[in-house]
Amino acid sequence: MTRELHEPMDEDPSSGEARKTEDSYLNDNQQAHFPEEFSPDFLKLYYGRLFPFDEMHKWLSYGHDGKHPGCDSTFFSRREFSFTLEHDIYVRYLSFRDVPEMETAFRDKCPHKIDIGSIYNVDPAKRMAYAHGAGDSVFSPVEKELVFDVDMTDYDDMRTCCSGADICSKCWPLMTITIKVLDTALREDFGFQHILWVYSGRRGVHCWVCDSRARRLSNEQRCSVADYFHVYKGNQNNNKKVTLSGAALHPSLSRAYTDVLKPYFEEQILPNQSLLSSEEHYEKILQMIPDDAITSQMRDRWQGTRRSSSSNEEVNLTRWRQLRQALELSKKNQMLRRSVEEIIFAHTYPRLDLEVSKHMNHLLKSPFCIHPKTGRVCVPIDPDDCDNFDPSTVPTLSQLLNELNNSKSNVKGSSKKVSKDWERTSLAKSICFFRTSFLEPLLRSCKLEIEAHHQGKIQELAGRPTLNW
Amino acid sequence: MDFRVATSKRLSGDGGPLGGSIVADTGSRLSLYETAPNVEVSLEEFEQFALDRLRVLKGIEEVRARRKRLEELDTVVIDLWRKHMRTPNAADLNKKDVVSHFVLRLAYCRTEELRRWFLAMESALFRHRFRCESSDSQRKLMDDYKLPFKAISVAEFEVLKDKLGQVCRSLNQPLPTADSAYYKVPFEEVPDLVANRKILLGGGHAFVPREQLALLVVGQFRTRLSKALVLTNRFVIMKWTSVCAEDEKDRLAPIVESLSTRYLGADYTQPDSKRDISSKDLDNLAKTSFPLCMHHLFKKLREDHHLRHGGRQQLGLFLKGIGLKLEDALAFWKNEFSHKIGPDKFDKEYAYNVRHNYGKEGKKTDYTPYSCVRIIMSTPGVGDHHGCPYRHFSEENLRATLGTLRLSTPAVAEVLEKVRSHHYQLACATAFEAIHGSPSEGINHPNQYFDQSQKLLQSVKSSEVSAAN
Ligand code: SF4
Ligand SMILES: [Zn+2]
Repeated sequence: MTRELHEPMDEDPSSGEARKTEDSYLNDNQQAHFPEEFSPDFLKLYYGRLFPFDEMHKWLSYGHDGKHPGCDSTFFSRREFSFTLEHDIYVRYLSFRDVPEMETAFRDKCPHKIDIGSIYNVDPAKRMAYAHGAGDSVFSPVEKELVFDVDMTDYDDMRTCCSGADICSKCWPLMTITIKVLDTALREDFGFQHILWVYSGRRGVHCWVCDSRARRLSNEQRCSVADYFHVYKGNQNNNKKVTLSGAALHPSLSRAYTDVLKPYFEEQILPNQSLLSSEEHYEKILQMIPDDAITSQMRDRWQGTRRSSSSNEEVNLTRWRQLRQALELSKKNQMLRRSVEEIIFAHTYPRLDLEVSKHMNHLLKSPFCIHPKTGRVCVPIDPDDCDNFDPSTVPTLSQLLNELNNSKSNVKGSSKKVSKDWERTSLAKSICFFRTSFLEPLLRSCKLEIEAHHQGKIQELAGRPTLNW
Repeated sequence: MDFRVATSKRLSGDGGPLGGSIVADTGSRLSLYETAPNVEVSLEEFEQFALDRLRVLKGIEEVRARRKRLEELDTVVIDLWRKHMRTPNAADLNKKDVVSHFVLRLAYCRTEELRRWFLAMESALFRHRFRCESSDSQRKLMDDYKLPFKAISVAEFEVLKDKLGQVCRSLNQPLPTADSAYYKVPFEEVPDLVANRKILLGGGHAFVPREQLALLVVGQFRTRLSKALVLTNRFVIMKWTSVCAEDEKDRLAPIVESLSTRYLGADYTQPDSKRDISSKDLDNLAKTSFPLCMHHLFKKLREDHHLRHGGRQQLGLFLKGIGLKLEDALAFWKNEFSHKIGPDKFDKEYAYNVRHNYGKEGKKTDYTPYSCVRIIMSTPGVGDHHGCPYRHFSEENLRATLGTLRLSTPAVAEVLEKVRSHHYQLACATAFEAIHGSPSEGINHPNQYFDQSQKLLQSVKSSEVSAAN
């Protein structure tokens, strides 16, 4: 599987080095080599030695693991986990009291995939005890992170480089765009601060918004946030995938357009995807323009004009310039000038799997899982440096195990105290990023909130509230 | 036979959470239902009030399904209110309003499904009533809610002016002027405005123009009611006595119980006497005019020559409703079941039940065909085929089933969309429209589905006849 990822990446110089490193393991360390294939035995090792249980537990406890009297000690144990075991056996409603319990379960069950669900009002493993007859029970989700899921397959209608599960350096910028647009809007528009971006292990990214305000959103409020980002509305029976009516763009959209969409479209997506060089593809774009005069003018100009001397990239850029000029100069109406924006939005604006975001009880794959098909770790992505994130250099399980094996001999001599196995592998970079950029600021906020909530409770008790039916 | 819904002593006696005080008459006719009523109500009133309100809510559900404009809805809803909530003595209107609301809270707090329905309908009712209040009384209500929202200062307005203007232009609305007031509220309060990018967001605040304030009040109403329903459910489960005296419990519980399953349209107890249906017509009718729930049961019965109790009841009473006579019903069921268990066993074990449904055995009550609400609320178990496919089938299963009805792909998508947002009856109506190529009046009852379908088919037939002449 990793091969599959490497091949299309060949033109990309940044991936060359990573491959060389991997190759050198192949050559230099014959005796301690873990082959690329995914194997449950390797997974056991991974959960036993490398998976960052402490960090995960700290994150999902949101400060409720301390000594403060305001802490809710049941908090972590009310969180639902689900495992996908070998042969696609899916187990829901698992819950763990603490790190040791979690570690034991992970090691014993060796899940191929771990999903994280909501926090319920009672321990999900004991939910049956709270069921009242048939139908309804008191058991219900009370909070969960606001999550987003973006998958490259949703861009298949415009990707010319690869399709389906494959990704390459020509299409990955679509994910970079998504991260930039969403991250900025979540922070600036919605005021969220604790946002975790994670590589899904193969062809997409996940986003976890962890502010307490985000965790407490009702389903209706989640829907409204998801719909705020619902700009791309393409389907099989609709050529016009984005409709921007109105005399101006909403400030959030115009920010995305100027800062991200337009530059990325013109510099990367348009030339990399060759959107205008073949007839098949430029037809799709011309169909989005509601003016026959312009479209037939373009067709005439483009058919057979391609000079063999000009590069593919030049052709795309020239044609885009021609099209833009025709649309922008058009005196006809504002609608037509909107077309430029619509084309860019249709090819770059995030295409989110909205259902995942809309419901509190939707589960999402945990960070630091291993993708069973690629063997890659679902590592966090730094949104401020997402341009440099290269999925083909994300560590694989076998790579990590090899690193672990090879570093053994060096440990004795080194003066630096190494307390965790992962510190000796390339996972260290990811876990350190997770700790310092995400976890620490998050826990600082949580502490403050717990304290404030506790004070509030003390005062409330003094004032004895009454509730109504 | 008077009883107290509750006395304040009983409610708050042991520090229970249901403590309430006498509703302070706010002077506004529109109640926020913040406190439980503390009034004398007779058992008859208890039920009658609730039924009348239920008629209003049902009416709202029907008109909403028809996607009218907001202003039109206002009139319809207010008319419904006037028609059903009239009291002989105008002074009693407030009492009827509050009592009926709280009785229905009891009835509709018990499952997620019921709560969702009740919340949606009550919020809609409140919204329309609020919109029809004078601006004076609107302001008063907002004061009652102590909405903490402040208008933004002139300085802040100046800073945001450009962006606020951009939002207006994106909606093709006039630009804000110096004296347009904007309120700064948490974005969670105005999901409708967030969803459509109808407002400016910044740092987690929504900047809401004064004209949209009504939405805020409705939003508050909704959130508070939603919380209250969950609480009510918990306490009803724990002890009925917290809402009424122990000795009232036996009389009240069944009323409340039945309120949540009561269907208020025609009840189809008496079969359509004009229609004469014999068992040999059934195959044809099932194809053309059965709603999916009955179509499925019918098909399973033909395939398996058996149905479990829930299915026999649901289908049997429906068939009675469409005009299948007792003798024909007996012949029909016997014919099917005999394939599997033989005629003798049928006569011994199942015939009684068929006669029973026609009111010929036992208590001799004429049993009523199930309404959609009742079917949707049912909980089919393993081996059962009854229930509403839109509610009880998995998505893949439903998609496949809809496919066999030869629904087009976009129609199937539209149905599934409705199902995902839990509008099962709307989904059924959408399927009806796709199958019949003609709008439905909304689906509340499988027998009503059947009648509508037949009416349409008859008119097509007769117009074909007249066209031929
Ligand atoms: S909505 Fe009503 S009529 Fe339609 S399938 Fe469901 S229960 Fe039957
Ligand atoms: Zn690609």
